[in-house]
Amino acid sequence: MKFKTFKGGIHPNDKKELTNKVPVTKHIPLDEIIIPLRQHIGAPCDPLVNVGDYVYMGQKIGESQSFVSAPVHSSVSGTVSAIKSHPHPGGGEAMCVFIKNDYEDKLDPSIKPFSLELNPKSIKDYVDSLDSADIVHKVKESGITGMGGAAFPLHVKLSPPSDCKIDTVLINGAECEPYLTSDHRAMLERPQLIFAGALLVAKAVNAEKIIIAIESNKPDAIELFEEMAKDYPEITIGVLKTKYPQGSEKQLIQAVTKRQVPSGGLPANVGLLVTNIDTCSAVTRAVVMNMPLIERNVTVSGDAVKSPKNLLVRVGVTFQQLFDACDGFIEEPKKIVMGGPMMGIAQSTTEVPVIKGTSGILAFTKPETYGKEEGTCIKCGKCVDVCPMRLMPNALSIFSRMEKVEKLNDYHVMDCMECGSCTYICPQRRFIVQHIKHGKSVVKNSQQKGNK
Amino acid sequence: MMEKLIVSYAPHIRTHRTTQRLMLDVIIALIPSLIASIVFFGIKSLFLVLTTVASCVLFEFAWQKIFKNDITVCDLSAVVTGILLAFNMPVSAPLWMGVVGGAFAIIIVKMCFGGLGNNFVNPALAARAFLLLSWPVNMTKWTPTVFVSKAAQGGADVITGATPLGVLKETGKISFDYMDMFLGNISGCIGEVSTLAIVIGFIYLLVKKVITWHVPVIYVASVFIFAELMGENGLFYILSGGLMLGAVFMATDYVTSPMSLKGNIIYAFCLGLLTVVIRKFGALPEGVSYSILLMNIVTPLIDNVTKNRYYGKAKKSKEAKQ
Repeated sequence: MKFKTFKGGIHPNDKKELTNKVPVTKHIPLDEIIIPLRQHIGAPCDPLVNVGDYVYMGQKIGESQSFVSAPVHSSVSGTVSAIKSHPHPGGGEAMCVFIKNDYEDKLDPSIKPFSLELNPKSIKDYVDSLDSADIVHKVKESGITGMGGAAFPLHVKLSPPSDCKIDTVLINGAECEPYLTSDHRAMLERPQLIFAGALLVAKAVNAEKIIIAIESNKPDAIELFEEMAKDYPEITIGVLKTKYPQGSEKQLIQAVTKRQVPSGGLPANVGLLVTNIDTCSAVTRAVVMNMPLIERNVTVSGDAVKSPKNLLVRVGVTFQQLFDACDGFIEEPKKIVMGGPMMGIAQSTTEVPVIKGTSGILAFTKPETYGKEEGTCIKCGKCVDVCPMRLMPNALSIFSRMEKVEKLNDYHVMDCMECGSCTYICPQRRFIVQHIKHGKSVVKNSQQKGNK
Repeated sequence: MMEKLIVSYAPHIRTHRTTQRLMLDVIIALIPSLIASIVFFGIKSLFLVLTTVASCVLFEFAWQKIFKNDITVCDLSAVVTGILLAFNMPVSAPLWMGVVGGAFAIIIVKMCFGGLGNNFVNPALAARAFLLLSWPVNMTKWTPTVFVSKAAQGGADVITGATPLGVLKETGKISFDYMDMFLGNISGCIGEVSTLAIVIGFIYLLVKKVITWHVPVIYVASVFIFAELMGENGLFYILSGGLMLGAVFMATDYVTSPMSLKGNIIYAFCLGLLTVVIRKFGALPEGVSYSILLMNIVTPLIDNVTKNRYYGKAKKSKEAKQ
């Protein structure tokens, strides 16, 4: 079979075998849950509860008036014990609602039992009976964000600019980051929920076609989905070459549809909507049950973890609890990362909570990108070969260090998506993407100055 | 509890293929040619290689010690330079010339411009050009191979050690067997004679993904095409002189070749044209080293004209037209 792919990219050792064969275990949250009021791209929420209030599981506890934002909900029932600043896995600190768990899991009255029969006919009838605006409203109320890592509020994607007609919904099951298998397990364990969610998303934007894209390193999921797709004429399965960053939005679009999103544009500009695969099952629960996004699959892995596995985790549980649930560490870790090893965020403490975008938490004993002096660029062009955005990372990194705004714009620095492929491949171990991040902020600052 | 966690920007994993590993692979790829040189020219060629390598490494080390730079000889790039320099010298060259050549390559060409990555021409080739201009007699005194000398001992024929290209330049005739040229049983610089050994090294480099096929293949193909177009024997042009060694090991030098694929195609194509033009119309029989040196100098310009590429460009320009 010929796999679909894009130009560039790298082939790191994916280490998925650590966790991809084990079914997901349900994690029971302990005493206290910490729900950050900022879990997504966009405006942070304002708290809707006060200290001492009793909250139900699934009750909305934070909301913002801004359009690009998603409300947050309590993932347990219990009493609000504090609202204060706490370390955030995205870096820095954020306002968080602390909830003392009463272990009752009393559901919010608005949440209905799951009434949909999971077979193709009843799913289709159900989706047909719904109204697009209603789906978007429920998605917004349930605080659903993309679950692939960036956590972009889904209802914003479901409301594309009026001049863009979405014809195809692309469901991203690439999971190209090494170590992570949370989406893979979701595909194997709740496929019908995913299919229903994909239909709901398509219905919300009136798209005719759905493509579910899966990397070739998940043959069991591909087989299952191809079999199931026979009952859904509008859904096709795209098999992708295993390569990083295959799951990046623009690269996925290019691989599957051959369309290119214009520089600085959105997928909607080329008639597409891309969303993560497990987000679909969250959409189904939100629309059918009014169940907000308070639970997700998290891969706990890395060479420091004793028994790496996938856990079904409530939002707000601390990383430390999850490591404990995996029998702790073999050896004291030197680095803890939220997300994958290529784009994940290093943590300064394990007391940070799981948020909606936490696809995995990894603990490493031997950090490979620390303390090494970088060499001079030898112009080998390897970063140029692998750059999925077809930029010249070596030149960008040098201009970034010199802070040459004009040159940086000339080389399209703002198109860099910081996937890190250049830094991974560099034989001189240069911190290319790190320099470019700095360069991007220099360009942004100079633009702001220019506007004033 | 964990007291000190390292916090750094992503990515948190990296390839193990560092410069040192890549250079080690280049050295391994050069070993077949080294063996061939010992087979065809005797053990003296090994001494020449050891001299130039030692000279390059020592001068780099000394420079970095004196100027208190980081010591980077462990990246093995000086070893590669040394081997390539020896490969570009005749076996009869005195060893002191190897030392001088190594000093020139490392100090003048490489370290004066800032070390690995900042040299604008290939150090080994620049040193060869320097030696050729300074001691032209020593650098063009060709010795016949061990086998040719043995065969001639019985007969009364005068043994000439002329290279195939030299003979072509003087007489306009091709008087060599293609099989000898392929295996390396001809006169020339010690590393360039055996096409077979170089091809083995090339395949190793491709398998190890140290280089891509583009530059060597396009270079050799364009030499063939231009030679045929100018009424010369294309196959002879490929098998003779330093073309194969230059195409595989020197035109592909990371530092002095363009960075993008498009740039590399332009670069290799121009190399082929220049080589044929120098060989056919120049005063010297051989043109590979000068073509590569010239194209090294043009490389920044090629990088500059091929820089403008980014994802989503095609779409935008189309929109702009509408």
